[in-house]
Amino acid sequence: MVSPMHRVALQKSMLDLVHRTCTELPEDVFRAIETAYQHEEHGSVAQQTLFIIRQSAQSSAQERLPLCQDTGAVFAIIKAKPNKELFAINEAIKEAIRSLTREGTLRQNCVDPLTERNTGNNIGDHAPMIHTHPWDGPAQVFMMLKGGGSENISTQYSLPNEGLCAGRDLDGARRCMLDAVFQAQGKGCAPGILGVCIGGDRTSGYIQAKEQLFRKLNDKNPSAQLARLEDVVYAEANMLGIGPMGLGGKATLLGVKISPAARHPACYYVTVSYSCWATRRYAVELDENGRIARWL
Amino acid sequence: MAVRRISSPLTNDVVKGLKTGDAILLSGTIITARDQAHKYLCSGGNPPVDLTGMVIYHCGPVAIEGEDIWKIIAAGPTTSIREEPYEAEIIRRFRPAAIMGKGGMGKQTLKAMEECGCVYLHVTGGAAQYLAKCIKEVKGVFMQDEFGQPEAMWLFRIEDMPALVTMDSYGSSFHAERELASFQKFKTLLNRKFESMK
Repeated sequence: MVSPMHRVALQKSMLDLVHRTCTELPEDVFRAIETAYQHEEHGSVAQQTLFIIRQSAQSSAQERLPLCQDTGAVFAIIKAKPNKELFAINEAIKEAIRSLTREGTLRQNCVDPLTERNTGNNIGDHAPMIHTHPWDGPAQVFMMLKGGGSENISTQYSLPNEGLCAGRDLDGARRCMLDAVFQAQGKGCAPGILGVCIGGDRTSGYIQAKEQLFRKLNDKNPSAQLARLEDVVYAEANMLGIGPMGLGGKATLLGVKISPAARHPACYYVTVSYSCWATRRYAVELDENGRIARWL
Repeated sequence: MAVRRISSPLTNDVVKGLKTGDAILLSGTIITARDQAHKYLCSGGNPPVDLTGMVIYHCGPVAIEGEDIWKIIAAGPTTSIREEPYEAEIIRRFRPAAIMGKGGMGKQTLKAMEECGCVYLHVTGGAAQYLAKCIKEVKGVFMQDEFGQPEAMWLFRIEDMPALVTMDSYGSSFHAERELASFQKFKTLLNRKFESMK
C-alpha cells in the first residue's frame, strides 16, 4: 500500500521535478553555452545570438518561468521496484503535468491526430510517454521535456547508405551523425546535443538515443572506442560553421553522446536524437517516503 | 552592428530598405500564425485582421488568462520551414510585409517575397523569456477554440524585439548561403575516415 501521505510527497516531488526541468537550463548545458559565447568572434551574429540565449536562460531560472515557449513533450523514465509505488509515481507524474499545464507553466502540447483538437491538459493517447524499468535500488525518476523543433529533425539511418558512403561500421555511423547535423542546420536550435544509438532496432534505437541525452556533457563514455568517436564527431560537426541558430559561427554542437545496442545480424541502424540548446532534463532519487532524496 | 528601429505595420519603402544581414529592433502590432492558421488561410479562411504590411510571427506562446487580460509567459519563435507549403500563397494573397520566425524558409517563399516586397526576420529560438519581455500587450486572440491555445492567432503589441533580416525582397537568403557553405565543409569531412580500434 502507498499511504496518502506518501502520495502527497510523491506529488510534490514530481511537481518540483517537472517545474525545474521546464524552467532551469541544467548547469552543465549553461556552462557549455557560456564557453561557446566566449569563443565566438567578438561582435559577431553568433556571439549576439548566444548573448540573447544566455540572458533568456538566466531570467527563466530566476523568475521560474519556462525556458522555451515550447515546453516540449514529456519523456520520463521511472526506475523502481515493481510494486505499488511505481504506479503511484506514474500517477504523480501525470498529475504534476495536469497541474502545471493548468497554471500555465507547461504549454498545451497535446493534439489528437484524428480530431485535430488540443486536449488542453497535455494528456492524450500514449501521452505523456512514461517508461518504467524494474530496478532494485531506491526509486529514480528521469524527466525530459523535448521541444518539437528538435524532435522533427531527429532521424534514423539504416546502413549501408550509398549517398553518404556509410558502411556498417563506426565510420559509417560518423557519416550519419554529420549528415544529421548538416541537415538540421539551424532548425533544431543549434548549438545542439546529439544523443545517438548505434545498433538496436527501429524502436530501441530511438529510445536509447534519447536516453543518451540524460548524460552530463562532461561525463566519459565507458567505451574507449565510443568516447573517441564522440570526440571526433563533436570536433568535426563544429567545423561545419552552422553556428548558433544556423546563422554561422563556431558553436554548432555542445556535445555528442553515443550508446551501443545489440542488433539483429541483418540490421545496422544509427539513430540520432537531436536536442536543442534548451535541453531540459533532470533526474531525482526518491527516499522511502517519496520525497526527493537527491538530484542526480 | 548598427541596429535600425522599425515599426509594424511596415510600409513598402521600409521593406525595400531592408537587406539580408540588417539587425533591427521591431515594434508595433504583429500577429502570430502557426501550422493550423496557415492551413486555414490557404484553404479559403479569412484573416481576423487586415494582414497588409503586417508582421506574421511563427510562434505558439504560453499564455495565462487573468481578469480581462492575457499574460504572455513565454513566446519564442517556432521553426518556420514547416509553413513552406503555405507561405508563398499567403504572401501573395494577404501582402504581409514580413514573416518572422526561426531557421529561415525555402525557395518558394523567397520568390514570393521578391515578387510582393516582403522580408524574413529571424529571432533567436528558445529565447522565450527574452522575447516575451518585448511583448507589451495582447490586443486580441483569434481562433482559440478551433486551433487550441498555442496555435491560435495572437495579436501582440511589441517593443524593440531584436531580429535579423535573413531573407530580403531582392532574392537574397542568408540561410541558403549558410547551407551552401556548410555543405562544402561537410563534403570535405566525408573524405575523412574514422578507424575503429580492434
